[in-house]
Amino acid sequence: MAKTQTLSIWEPALVRAGLVDAVRKLDPRVMVRNPVMFVVEAGAGLTTVLLVSHWFKGAAAFGFELQITLWLWATVLCANLAEAMAEGRGKAQADTLRKARTETFATRRRADGTTETVPAASLRRDDVVIVRPGEFIPSDGEVIEGVASVDESAITGESAPVIREAGGDRSAVTGGTKVLSDGITVRVTADPGHTFLDRMISLVEGAERQKTPNEIALNILLSGLTIVFLMAVVTLQPFAIYAGAPQSIFVLVALLVCLIPTTIGGLLSAIGIAGMDRLIQHNVLAMSGRAVEAAGDVHTLLLDKTGTITLGNRQAAEFLPLPGVTESDLADAAQLASLADETPEGRSIVVLAKQQYGIRGRDLAAHAAVVVPFTAQTRMSGIDLDGREVRKGAADSVAKYVRANGGTPSTELDAIVQRIARAGGTPLVVAERDRVLGVIHLKDVIKGGMRERFTALRAMGIKTVMITGDNPLTAAAIAREAGVDDFLAEATPEDKMALIQREQRSGKLVAMTGDGTNDAPALAQADVGVAMNTGTQAAKEAGNMVDLDSNPTKLIEIVEIGKQLLMTRGTLTTFSIANDVAKYFAIIPAMFLTAYPALDALNIMRLRTPESAILSAVIFNALVIVALVPLALRGVQFTPLPAAALLRRNLLVYGLGGVVAPFAGIKVIDVVITTLGLA
Amino acid sequence: MTLNGWIQILLFLAAVALVTVPLGRFMAAVFARERTWLDPVLGPIERIIYRLTGVNASHDMRWTEYGLSMLAFSLVSMLGLYALQRLQGVLPFNPQGLPGVAPDLAFNTAASFTTNTNWQAYAGETTMSYLTQMAGLAYQNFMSAAAGIALAIVFIRAIAARERETLGNFWVDMTRATLWVLLPVCLVGALALVSQGVVQNFKPYERVQLVDPQTTTTTDARGQTVAATVTEQVIAQGPVASQEIIKQFGTNGGGFFNANSAHPFENPTPLSNVLAMFAIFAISAGLTATLGQMTQSPRHGWAVWGAMAFLFLAGVTTAYWAEAAGNPLLADTDQQSGAMCPGGNMEGKEARFGIASSVLFATITTDASCGAVNAMHDSFTPLGGLVPLVNMMLGEVIFGGVGAGMYGILIFVVLAVFIAGLMVGRTPEYLGKKIEAFDVQMAMLAVLVVPLVVLVFTGISVVSPAFGTSSIWNPGPHGLTEILYAYTSGAANNGSAFAGLSANTPWYNVTLAASMLVGRFLVIIPMLALAGNLARKNLVPPSLGTFPVTTPLFASLLVGVIVIVGVLTFFPVLSLGPIVEHFLMRAGTTF
Repeated sequence: MAKTQTLSIWEPALVRAGLVDAVRKLDPRVMVRNPVMFVVEAGAGLTTVLLVSHWFKGAAAFGFELQITLWLWATVLCANLAEAMAEGRGKAQADTLRKARTETFATRRRADGTTETVPAASLRRDDVVIVRPGEFIPSDGEVIEGVASVDESAITGESAPVIREAGGDRSAVTGGTKVLSDGITVRVTADPGHTFLDRMISLVEGAERQKTPNEIALNILLSGLTIVFLMAVVTLQPFAIYAGAPQSIFVLVALLVCLIPTTIGGLLSAIGIAGMDRLIQHNVLAMSGRAVEAAGDVHTLLLDKTGTITLGNRQAAEFLPLPGVTESDLADAAQLASLADETPEGRSIVVLAKQQYGIRGRDLAAHAAVVVPFTAQTRMSGIDLDGREVRKGAADSVAKYVRANGGTPSTELDAIVQRIARAGGTPLVVAERDRVLGVIHLKDVIKGGMRERFTALRAMGIKTVMITGDNPLTAAAIAREAGVDDFLAEATPEDKMALIQREQRSGKLVAMTGDGTNDAPALAQADVGVAMNTGTQAAKEAGNMVDLDSNPTKLIEIVEIGKQLLMTRGTLTTFSIANDVAKYFAIIPAMFLTAYPALDALNIMRLRTPESAILSAVIFNALVIVALVPLALRGVQFTPLPAAALLRRNLLVYGLGGVVAPFAGIKVIDVVITTLGLA
Repeated sequence: MTLNGWIQILLFLAAVALVTVPLGRFMAAVFARERTWLDPVLGPIERIIYRLTGVNASHDMRWTEYGLSMLAFSLVSMLGLYALQRLQGVLPFNPQGLPGVAPDLAFNTAASFTTNTNWQAYAGETTMSYLTQMAGLAYQNFMSAAAGIALAIVFIRAIAARERETLGNFWVDMTRATLWVLLPVCLVGALALVSQGVVQNFKPYERVQLVDPQTTTTTDARGQTVAATVTEQVIAQGPVASQEIIKQFGTNGGGFFNANSAHPFENPTPLSNVLAMFAIFAISAGLTATLGQMTQSPRHGWAVWGAMAFLFLAGVTTAYWAEAAGNPLLADTDQQSGAMCPGGNMEGKEARFGIASSVLFATITTDASCGAVNAMHDSFTPLGGLVPLVNMMLGEVIFGGVGAGMYGILIFVVLAVFIAGLMVGRTPEYLGKKIEAFDVQMAMLAVLVVPLVVLVFTGISVVSPAFGTSSIWNPGPHGLTEILYAYTSGAANNGSAFAGLSANTPWYNVTLAASMLVGRFLVIIPMLALAGNLARKNLVPPSLGTFPVTTPLFASLLVGVIVIVGVLTFFPVLSLGPIVEHFLMRAGTTF
């Protein structure tokens, strides 16, 4: 599911650019937007000022104070680096794209078929361009001729080329991507400034990123905790004075920085940016972070049957002859009637006849055949050949045809037709003049793996509803087979809208996909509306996400990305707070060892000296931010489990792990710095 | 530790478990204004009260009006109590002829009883007239407890509500809490106490001849040593039983006498001792079942109960272990328990209660914000004394004060659910209510208030020899604990005293009163705002993706959040107080 990333997390170019940005972000006007890290910066500033004055005075503990000050600045830089690197990944992609946008020329085809070379930026909607191997596709569009393998890595980070072809689901191409082999003709679908590329650039670098609702709530919690610890540390000084052991400002600031939730505070915005980035890697463009969060909260998924749950087309599954007709006769007639039928259904009949009865294709030209095409009036198709007149079509139309030829459809026919309909299939009746031969059972084919995905969704507490235009009988059968929880049959756009509103009234969040103009109101109403890129402009404007692959199944991945985003924040918050226990055991005994040697009993890590204990805690606190950057950018592992099981796992890993890890980490750092003679 | 001691502790918890559901369901019915078996008697009284006071019982209030009503009511009650104390010298029911109370002490006491704290900077029998005790202090015991219950019910209603602006009527909730809940249990309980020997009269204090006259020496004004023989003792009297019972049921804790529940007229027998402890937890435990009942999730009620019971057992186990282990410096003394000897550290404990009943009482009274004491916490071992202190620092949510414990723990529930929700990848929900930025903000405000007050006032006091440290009786870490305990007790609205601190000074009277007022009302206001906001939200139906709040896992998480917030805030100061004192004691130093 997760695509390989072309940019590794520690890509040297990204880190270099990130370091520069990290320093730039030290500007207090920028820092103040992150209250936790602002407190760290203020503390680092305070110790720096004191350090300078001590340098002139010549303080005894200057080396220790210098190291504390440096590590405090390092803590701020680590947090800034995490954010800068998260932004940098998007920026690096956007920069490549911007280059592509400005430098590309396009071969435009005029109405008369001649071509001209124009700058890509001048292309307008409905222009037709020809793209040859090695060229960049100049703008968003739809392939109208040809097949090509396209390298979309500039946008998606996915290095393996994808196939884009005229017609079908994969006809959409994106400006800025590169044709690798073969040539295609593309009809442009976006005006300058409105391409996916433009939107992505504005998303990554444009207006300031809006904080999402849960991020705001979490920030409040973190600020609250920061105030608590600020109080605890500020008031510790009078208690220390009472105990006869007043503390240096360096030690107090070190304690404060260790206690406030710097780990999550430093990584919070990186997590949010990375979440959006992950969506883009899945070829989904979210209009707001709010929509991504909402995706994690979804209760109900509305899925269109065709294309999402089932393959686009029905396929022939069996031949059911009437009494007096053999199966192979029926198969033979059915194949005849379908030979000229180029629809997927028709082709599947020919395939089935060949697989089951070895009936081979016939050369129609040799038999002077007359093809009778399907029309909306007759609702039948067939063939006249060698004096035979074979027809296939909907039950009532074929019955009318048989009666017109003097025949009488039997009651057995009705029974078979009913049975197929009840089983969720489509009955296709085959007749020859006045005689009904039998019925072809056309079946919806459920996409592979869908049942398992619905089971996984159910385990996550998400209800799936299949939307279909079929009658309730058919719909129920398919729903049962696919394993969805519910279905909406004979659905009109109004029904869909009503369903969404009903779910929302009972407090549920609804996600859906859509591509048609008549889906637009429902897409707008849904909490998460994913429009297909191949869909109409109205649909794309109504939804809050666009899927470039136009793959409706992707809704499921979007939900997972949303959940993963929240989980990453939650688990790192827990980890950050759990860390404090060990830090207390390192710092408190160190602070009061001179006044109360008995407190050494609390030094359970047996840290070498008070200075090394405090320094180790501060160093651990800074390094843990860097160590967790990959986790923040990738997100914690997500498995579809019920909430209770997920919580148990995450509490064990990040809660208990958060208590234990720093004991080991601080001890190791203590050994290293005392060995190096730094404290 | 003895088997007998453990049986006492576990039987007590079993009794609390047994009363939880019946009392909880009864309260749910009372506040839903459903019919109860007391209606034939109390219904008419209720209607008369509304007619006389002009209360429109069908008027529903928004959280703001509810809060303002509560604040106005508390302010008027507080001013009334202040006036009563100042004027008691000229008012009736004062057989001892006690004079009016000094202004700073009267202010402190008025704040103390209005906030359900019952911090007592005075000795009851030598300061308060019978009228002040009954019409002032006992009245406040009822009203502050009723207000606590009403506020807890409001919060529960808000959780159960669906898109509602209003939360009920303050005056109706107060009236029903008093008439249906507090008065009946107190009526029965007071009679039970009288049967055990608790006094209930208006007699002047009795003078009795000592069987064994004692000779004492004092130093007179000229520095000469004067010997005096004491032949008689003054025995205080009063309407004790009626005040004693509400002191426990209402988790007020303000004793009629200075010795509080260690005084034989307040707590004469082991049975009265058990009754007192049971009464302290009863209503608060019942409210967990009320929560379960009103939110239609009885198992959630039990999960909250379970978290509280776990913290209670953790506390009592630590304290019992510390006290039963005795003092290592008295190694040559026999501190083993036996048939004729309680063993362990008996300093400051009543012989008729022994170790188990004393630590159990100390844990209960500080778990709930009661503050009645039957032993001197100051004389506990350092770790034994740490337990009551930590219990209060955790926010008085281990069953907690009547009502206050419930809304206090619900604030922690909101925070626990918030973190849990994020960890399972969902916008956090609590029983179908989405927890959003405003809710977290109010919950954090409510949680911040108590530590802020405690740390700031303690910090100022310990570095101010003139008015701060001059009041402590012991130097070193123990002195720090004495001051820390006082402010914690005040801000957490507990009211128990560690002793060892002369708190009846203008500085302590005023700052402790401020701690008590801030610790009560500045918690209630964000709590009500949170309730108002929760009530407005729609209920999200639960699914497998919703983190269940009915499981042991949830109870553990709740315990974790309460402990982490409390311990992380107070660990530095505790390590300079009881914790270092413990290590110093083991190294041979005491204070």
